Amino acid sequence: MELNTLWFILIAVLFIGFFFLEGFDYGVGVLLPFLGKNDDDRRIIINSIGPFWDGNEVWLLTAGGAMFAAFPQMYATMFSGFYLALFLLLITLILRGVAFEFRSKDERPGWRNLWDWMIFIGSLVPAILWGVALSNLARGVAIDADMNYVGTFWDLLSPYSLLSGVASLAAFTLHGALFLSLKTEGEMAEKAHKTATRLWIPTVVVILVFVVASYASTDIFQKLGVNPGIAPLGAFAALLSIGYFIRERRHGWAFIASGVTLALSIFTIFSGLYPRLIISNLNHDWDLTIENASSSPYTLQVMTVVALIFVPIVLLYQGWTYWVFRKRITKQDVHY
Amino acid sequence: MVNLDLARLQFAVTTIYHFFFVPLTLGLSILIAIMQTQYVRTGDETYKRMTKFWGKLFLINFAMGVVTGIVQEFQFGMNWSEYSRFVGDIFGAPLAIEALMAFFIESTFLGVWTFGWDKLPKRVHLASIWLVAIASNLSALWILIANSFMQEPVGYALRNGRAEMTDFIALITNPHVIVQYPHVLFSGITTAAFFVLGISAWHLLRQSKNTALFRRSAQWAIVYGLIGSIMVAMIGHQQAQHMVKAQPMKMAAAEALWDSESPASMSLFTIGDEPGRKDVFSIRVPGLLSFLAYNRFEGEVKGINDLQAEYEATYGPGNYVPPIAISYWSFRLMVGAGMLMIALALFGLYSVIQKKLDKSPRFLRLLPFMIFLPYLANTAGWLLTELGRQPWIVFGLQRVDDAVSPNVAPEIVLLSLVGFTLVYGVLMIADIYLLAKFARADADPTPLPEEVQPAPAASY
Repeated sequence: MELNTLWFILIAVLFIGFFFLEGFDYGVGVLLPFLGKNDDDRRIIINSIGPFWDGNEVWLLTAGGAMFAAFPQMYATMFSGFYLALFLLLITLILRGVAFEFRSKDERPGWRNLWDWMIFIGSLVPAILWGVALSNLARGVAIDADMNYVGTFWDLLSPYSLLSGVASLAAFTLHGALFLSLKTEGEMAEKAHKTATRLWIPTVVVILVFVVASYASTDIFQKLGVNPGIAPLGAFAALLSIGYFIRERRHGWAFIASGVTLALSIFTIFSGLYPRLIISNLNHDWDLTIENASSSPYTLQVMTVVALIFVPIVLLYQGWTYWVFRKRITKQDVHY
Repeated sequence: MVNLDLARLQFAVTTIYHFFFVPLTLGLSILIAIMQTQYVRTGDETYKRMTKFWGKLFLINFAMGVVTGIVQEFQFGMNWSEYSRFVGDIFGAPLAIEALMAFFIESTFLGVWTFGWDKLPKRVHLASIWLVAIASNLSALWILIANSFMQEPVGYALRNGRAEMTDFIALITNPHVIVQYPHVLFSGITTAAFFVLGISAWHLLRQSKNTALFRRSAQWAIVYGLIGSIMVAMIGHQQAQHMVKAQPMKMAAAEALWDSESPASMSLFTIGDEPGRKDVFSIRVPGLLSFLAYNRFEGEVKGINDLQAEYEATYGPGNYVPPIAISYWSFRLMVGAGMLMIALALFGLYSVIQKKLDKSPRFLRLLPFMIFLPYLANTAGWLLTELGRQPWIVFGLQRVDDAVSPNVAPEIVLLSLVGFTLVYGVLMIADIYLLAKFARADADPTPLPEEVQPAPAASY
C-alpha cells in the first residue's frame, strides 16, 4: 500500500481511538453536574474515569503529532485556520486536566465546586467543538491557493456545523452514561442506566437529522451513493442496537455498540474525505490531499516503522490498564 | 510585524511557563522511583511515606506540565504555520515519536501508579513509577531532538521549497542534542533536589512530626543535588565549547564580545551600548574566554561585528545580531545560580558528614528560599538558547519573520495571548497554593508500626 494512504488510515485510526476513548470521558464529565448531587456521588463519577482520562487524551496529542509528521501542510493549515476554535479547545482542556488533579486537594466546597464546573465545561466545550471541526472538514472551508484558510471564526459556525456539534455532544454523552453504568454500582449505576435510556432516542434523532443535513451540505454521501456501504449502515445498526441493549440491561454490549457507532461514523467521514485532507470550498484545485500535503517519502518510511512498532504496544498496555481497573467504583472506595 | 511580536511573546510566555513544571517532573520522577525501590527492597515504612509525601507534590506539578504541554504541540501550527510547512517533514517526526513512544507510557502508567497502590502487586506497582520516570525523560529527549534541529540543522536537504529529512540517524544524533540533553536531564535532577531539600529543611527547622522522613529526604536531596549541579556545570562547559563552533554568534552575544579577540578575554561585568555595539564599562579577564572555549589560553573567539559581516556575505543583507543584553545577563544568571547551587550542595554534604544538618538553623532557614535557584537557572538557560539564535527560527535556514502564520489577524493572536496569560496566571496561583499546602502538611503522622489502613482509592 502506498505510504500516503497508510498514513491517512493511521491518522483516521488515531482519531477513532481518541473518539472512542476520550468520548466516554467527555460524556462522564458532561454528566457530572446532572448525576452528581453530592460530593460522594461526584467523586464516584470522577473516579470512574480517574485512571484513564489522561491516557485517553494522548490519542489526540498523538493524532496531532502524526498529522504534523505525515501531513505537515494539513497541520499548518488546520491549526492556523481554526485558530480561535483551537484556542478554545486548548483552554478548556487545560482547565479540565488540572481540575481532575486539583479538586480533591482541598476540602472546601467552593474549591471543589469550582473545579467540578471546570470538568463540566472542559468536557462540554470540546465535545461540541469536535463535531463542529469534523463537519467543517467534511463540508470544506475557505482555503486559498497557498493552502491558507482565509475565512473567519464565525464562518466555521454554520447551522450545519452547530448541528454536528450537538450530534457529537449527544453521542459522547450517551457513550459516557453507558460507561458510568458499567463502572459504578447500585444507585449511581441505576441513575446512569436511566440517563442512557432517556438519551438514546434524542441521540438517534439528532444523528439522523445530521445525516440528512450531510447529504445536503457535503459531497461525502453523494460519493457513497444510494447504497452507502457497510460502514455507515453498520454505524446506524449499532446506534439502533444501543436501545435494545439498554432495555435488556446489557450495558457492556450497549457500550460497545455506542463505541462502534462512533468508530464507524468517523470511518465514514474519513473515507468520504479520502484522498482529500481538507476540502477548499473556493476551488477544488486548492484542496489539501494526501499527495500535496504530505511529508517526503523518506519521512513517511521512518514514521511507518515507528508506528508499526509502537501502536500495537500502546494498545496492549492501555488495554491492560482497563483490565487492572475493571472493578466497579463503590462508595466504600471513595469514603477515604 | 505586530503579528510577529505577539506570536513571539506568546511563544515566550507559554514556553517559559511550561518549563517551570517540566524539570521538576523529570528529576522528581526518578527520585520518587528510587524512594519506592528502597521501600520495596527493604519494607521500611519511612520510604513508603517519603514516596507518598513527595508523590503528592509530584502529581500536582505533573498535571500542570501535561496541560501546558498540549499548547506547545499545537502552537507551531497556530502561530508558526510557515515554519510548520517549511520544516514539518523533519520537525513533526520527533514530536509524533515523542507522543507514541513516551507520552503514552507516561500518562497511562501515571494513572496506574496513582490508582494502583492497593490493586497491584508491589513490584508491578513499582515498575509503573519507573516507567513514568523513564518515559518522562525519554519524552524530553525527543523534544530536544526537535529543538536541536532549530539550533543546528542536520540530516536534511532543501527540496520542494522546504527542508526534507534525508538522514533520521543524523537527526537523532545531532551533536547539539548530545550536549543539550544531558544538560537538561541533570538540571531536572538539580531542580528536584533543591525542591526536596528546601521543603525538607523547612520541616527539620520546625521539628515537625516524622523528622526521620525529612532528614532522610534532605540527605538524599543533597547527594542528588550535588551530582546534578556538578554534572550540569561540566556538561554546560562542553556545550559552550560546542556553541563556539556551531553558533558562534550566540556565544559572542552571551559574552558581549563585540570584536574578535585572540586570545579572547572574558567579561566579568559589562555595561554595554547595544545599538552602538561598544562597552560603556567592562571588567575583563584576559585570555579566559579562549580558555573556556578551547581549554587553552589562546585561540580566536569571534566577535559580533565580524560575525555580522560574515553572515551578511553568506545570507545577504540583514541584522544577524541577537538581543545582546538579555543573552549576556541570562548567561550570567544561569551560571551564577548554578555555582551557588554547587556551593550549597557542598556545604550540605559537609553538614551531613559532620552530622550537624539538624543543628544548622541558619542553613536550614536559607534552603527554602533557594528553591527558586534552579527555576531561575532553567529559565535563563532557555532564554539564552532561544534568544541567542535570533533572528533565525532554524539557524541559517529560516528567519523568524518568515515563519509566522500569514493568515492570523493580530487581534486574534492578542486575544489568545491575553487568554493564555490570564488562565496561566490563575492556575499558577492555584498550583502554588496547593504545593505550599501539601509541602507544609505533616507527612502521615500515625506512629509507624500501627500503619495498616489502606490508602484511599479515590485520588481525585
